[in-house]
Amino acid sequence: MKLLNRPWAWSFLAAALVWLATVWVTRGAASGGLTEAALTFAAFSVLVGIGQMFVITLGPGNIDLSVPATMTLAGTLALKLMDGAPGMVIPGLLVTLGVGIAVGLANYALIKALRIPPIIATLSMSFIIQSIAIWSNRGIRIKPPASLAEFSTSSTLAVPNVALVALAVSIAAWVLLNRTVYGRQVAAIGQSLPAARMAGVPVDGVRLATYVLCATLAALAGFLLSCFSGGAALNMGNEYLLMSIAVVVIGGSAVAGGDSNVPGIWGAGLFMFLIVSMLNTYQFQAGYRLILTGLIIIAVILLASGRKGGRP
Amino acid sequence: MTPDRLRLLVPVMALAALLAGVFYMQPRAASYNGLNLLLNLAVPIALATIAQMLIMAVNDLDLSMGAFVSFVACVTATYLKDAPALGLLILAASVVIYAGLGVIIHLRNLPAIVVTLGMSFVWTGLAVLILPAPGGSSPDWLRGLMTVKPPLVPMAIVASVLIALVAHLLVMRSTLGVRIRALGGNARTVARSGTSVIATRAAAYALAAVFAILAGMALVGLTTSADANIALRYTLLSIAGVILGGGEFIGGRVSPIGAVIGALTLTLAGSFLSFLRISPDWQIGAQGAILILVLALRLLFNRLEARR
Repeated sequence: MKLLNRPWAWSFLAAALVWLATVWVTRGAASGGLTEAALTFAAFSVLVGIGQMFVITLGPGNIDLSVPATMTLAGTLALKLMDGAPGMVIPGLLVTLGVGIAVGLANYALIKALRIPPIIATLSMSFIIQSIAIWSNRGIRIKPPASLAEFSTSSTLAVPNVALVALAVSIAAWVLLNRTVYGRQVAAIGQSLPAARMAGVPVDGVRLATYVLCATLAALAGFLLSCFSGGAALNMGNEYLLMSIAVVVIGGSAVAGGDSNVPGIWGAGLFMFLIVSMLNTYQFQAGYRLILTGLIIIAVILLASGRKGGRP
Repeated sequence: MTPDRLRLLVPVMALAALLAGVFYMQPRAASYNGLNLLLNLAVPIALATIAQMLIMAVNDLDLSMGAFVSFVACVTATYLKDAPALGLLILAASVVIYAGLGVIIHLRNLPAIVVTLGMSFVWTGLAVLILPAPGGSSPDWLRGLMTVKPPLVPMAIVASVLIALVAHLLVMRSTLGVRIRALGGNARTVARSGTSVIATRAAAYALAAVFAILAGMALVGLTTSADANIALRYTLLSIAGVILGGGEFIGGRVSPIGAVIGALTLTLAGSFLSFLRISPDWQIGAQGAILILVLALRLLFNRLEARR
């Protein structure tokens, strides 16, 4: 089958199976609610996952560990600035984008200036961002403006608004990756940095833009998440570090870089949420739930790698 | 000076500067008890850092280190105290699992980051099953071992030196250690030399598990109880410690002595800031800043080295 040769098909297949397994147990009673919740939570994973995907596409060693801290900082600062006032939505969004761009620039400045691996540069950076968030937040939970809270928790045509935002970003990301010079340059760098350099790809510019893009998407996800959950919390980004990496890999992008796809991230994002809700539905204890989540992630990776193993 | 020695100079200087800073702010810290209090939590971190270093030596990264150390802590505080034989069996089984991970990662050419990411869920899940709420208690012999007061030099320092020494002999001097580092440097060379690449990777993972187990046990010996999240921050701390101590992500370039010094530096950084009366808000940030500073210094040294 041609469809199954697509790297992203497997994540959708897995997500569909888990969805069926869950709905079957509840005898269809919760299928609507489950789908809506899955789309909502997948949307956040997709937003951070797309950013991480661009970074991972750059090749071995490229990864952004500052995603959770950036989410938290953007959510915190934007909500603090808006302070619940309806007229401040645009400034809030601008702050969010500002945080993203600043973090991205700082990350790449560290990578370039100190010639350190991205993993350690973004790790050190995330420590600093985290501190700024703690300092500015002071444990106070500020509510988002009513209009934003309303927007992020409601649906249009039965599709959650945050999922629509993520879908728009995904389409833009797909075009960016597959149909623009920038996207092709990102893939070229991931396939071979020296070759890309010889071919005249402005390596530094492309990498800088990619780290800025990743941080900006993380900031946007943090902004939406804090509006969705009624306020920013210091630990709200925590689970998205693992999530952002997991959705990229389960979605069928090459971990070594150079070969990525956007649709798989949606499949993986849905899958990651549905797994947890399936295990919840089956009323497993927290411990067993975690163990099964881990084993399933590893199993999916094993399956996905077996598929690639067939190639010479 | 050899490049390796030079590489070690930066972490040593960073540690010395921090120690000097701490002593200057709080002269009473420069005593037997003061040093012990400052550094004893560095012992488990140093062990976890060595474990992470072994994984990094074969070009992999263990993102489940914190979860695994927490799991070990839970086993130590329950089974190892109440049913030592069963406890040992569980720990031995976890070493086998680690070796198995090394084999799978190698055979299927999987990204270690993702496999260990999945394993971090498994270890946390197991830990939650063993200890649903914080509790348990340390086996008496372990408590005794971690709080022993050797003459002249506090236990924290004796233990750190011992860990550095053992790890150095194991990784830099033993045949296995050379093979592990060679695997990180050039896997094909290892294969051509007639050594099994799979066995070497499995050994690196198993050895890492042993050090991580020691980390979990040392932690319980110090804190006397455990919970499923007790050591989650060790994942990032251990990676930072290896890099701080002069290790690299690829190429099998690692330094056990540097790694222990890196762990000590990260631990001291926290105390240093509280002596400076910097608000705890900035503690994590300062650890990041110290990391950046040390890396900047290393770059400077490398430049000077290249110029000569």
